[in-house]
Amino acid sequence: MANPSAVCNGHLHHHHQKQNNLLKSGIYKKNGITKGMKKNGISNGTVSKKTFIEHFEQAPMYVAVLTFLGFGVGTIFGYLRDFMRAWGLEKRNVAAEREQQKDFVPLYQDFENFYTRNLYMRIRDNWNRPICSVPGPQFDLMERVTDDYNWTFRFTGRTIKNVINMGSYNYLGFAETDVNALKTVTIELQKYGTGICSTRQEMGTLDKHVELEKLVANFLGVEDAMVFGMGFATNSMNIPALVGKGCLILSDELNHTSLVLGARLSGATIRIFKHNNMQSLEKLLRDAVIYGQPRSRRAWRKIIILVEGIYSMEGSIVRLPEIVSLKKKYKAYLYLDEAHSIGAVGATGRGVVEYFGMSPDDVDVLMGTFTKSFGAAGGYIAGKKDLVDFLRTHSHSAVYATSMCPPVAEQIIRAMKCLMGLDGTTQGLQRVRQLGKNTRYFRRRLHEMGFIIYGNDDSPVVPLLLYMPGKIGAFARRMLEKNIGVVVVGFPATPITESRARFCVSAAHTREMLDTVLNALDELGDFLHLKYSRYSKSSHPELYEESRLELED
Amino acid sequence: MDIKSMKNYLYWLYCQFELITCSYLMEPWEKLLFYTFNITVLVMVLYTAYIFVPVHIHTAFQFFLHLFGNQQENTVSIVK
Repeated sequence: MANPSAVCNGHLHHHHQKQNNLLKSGIYKKNGITKGMKKNGISNGTVSKKTFIEHFEQAPMYVAVLTFLGFGVGTIFGYLRDFMRAWGLEKRNVAAEREQQKDFVPLYQDFENFYTRNLYMRIRDNWNRPICSVPGPQFDLMERVTDDYNWTFRFTGRTIKNVINMGSYNYLGFAETDVNALKTVTIELQKYGTGICSTRQEMGTLDKHVELEKLVANFLGVEDAMVFGMGFATNSMNIPALVGKGCLILSDELNHTSLVLGARLSGATIRIFKHNNMQSLEKLLRDAVIYGQPRSRRAWRKIIILVEGIYSMEGSIVRLPEIVSLKKKYKAYLYLDEAHSIGAVGATGRGVVEYFGMSPDDVDVLMGTFTKSFGAAGGYIAGKKDLVDFLRTHSHSAVYATSMCPPVAEQIIRAMKCLMGLDGTTQGLQRVRQLGKNTRYFRRRLHEMGFIIYGNDDSPVVPLLLYMPGKIGAFARRMLEKNIGVVVVGFPATPITESRARFCVSAAHTREMLDTVLNALDELGDFLHLKYSRYSKSSHPELYEESRLELED
Repeated sequence: MDIKSMKNYLYWLYCQFELITCSYLMEPWEKLLFYTFNITVLVMVLYTAYIFVPVHIHTAFQFFLHLFGNQQENTVSIVK
């Protein structure tokens, strides 16, 4: 079978495969019902040769009604339980002040935690599950039971073995314990130990960091890079170093908390544009340039656009070509957070910049983390040498936070060398290709089964919509009974009516594992009635039959 | 065989009801309270329907009969 993603002259050719996907989904021809498939209107003609297909289908109206009904019943019973707790008819399990402090200003805001106490507590056993092995494609869970409806847990001592892992951000499968793969890491561990005991600016810069930074810069195709010990802190501590008062930050609606925290800490003015919506962003840019700062009408010192490569809750990919053309037109800066997309998209795993065929010079600040695709911890910021030199002296993380520890740095070095092919094998490229294949297969099968899936066809983050609060708990528990571990997300992280289960496809998943998961999802989808999609039936059944024939050989 | 699939279907419907109204998440005494309330309301609605619906239908039927009855007489007289 011809390799659909042939790399030729640095550009990606995705011809008929994408067209088939278009026709198969069937959304393309209908209008007025869904929020629609957004097809990329080529704005700066030569740059993007690929079609950009994202799905954000809306469920039928009765689903929203029933979701609100479920929340209504939950809220009524929440009030009932709170009433009983307040009047002493039931034991109180939450923190409360002492008797002597009753007349003081209240210490615990009871109402704000209403949702946590009354709805989250009931299904709390689906989160914070302790695992006791490496989070590879399969892992071991510690079994725990609760005697008082999830207020306390106790471990039975048993471990549930070989649970298929659909929740870890292990996109390229580098979270492994194979001794041969970790040889260099073991050597470095014995040479350097584990702790650094210092910050970058004091005595914490090792030759390992210098080597790693050169490698990262080489990998991304930029002049220089700097690495930090923690991914979250990379965003929250470096944005305040880059912008300050009198600057304008234009941030996407669904940005991660680390970006939001960094933006708030900086003291700049923050304006939000609708998720991936270029008209909204352009309007904000025009207003910013025309009207300037709010009262003095002076020009903004700096305008910076904060976006992410792949948004982890939606699975959507940023529209990079359009943003770059907007930024050039209005003279703004671009900060791209590639936490989930580095290693996971692009023909050789170099992120969204490569995915769209653009040059890394177009993006001013490239940020990413090593937690997801590289199986390590930490983050990096890359770009022009002036930028990185500035951050070396002015970043809070460089001055106060301890630097990355050497074995972790070595793990990143070996993973990156594998990806770039510098270790002499093609294993890295194979992993990226395998991830792409797994992603496309998984998404295609889920679409065919009739589930509502959000996001771009190429993103390995697959959110499956559950909608009703009762189904969140039922879904996670039943999947665990079938030995599959999934992550479900509910209200504060997502809009209230759109709770979902989020799958992270990995290159380490074999076809059998994916088939097991898909069969379990099929069964569970029928039992829980989750197949809300109105466009599921494939309009090319003979293609599916063809692939079945191939497998029978 | 038919009874078994019927029972399975009813069990599935019951599960759907539990999931949609969040009674899947409730503790047993809360479920008891909730179902008692629902069944009481349902019984009251059915009883009200049993008492009042025949009377309403009878009145409505008579009203429509009266309307069509008048029309028939008029057309007959014109033809004559």
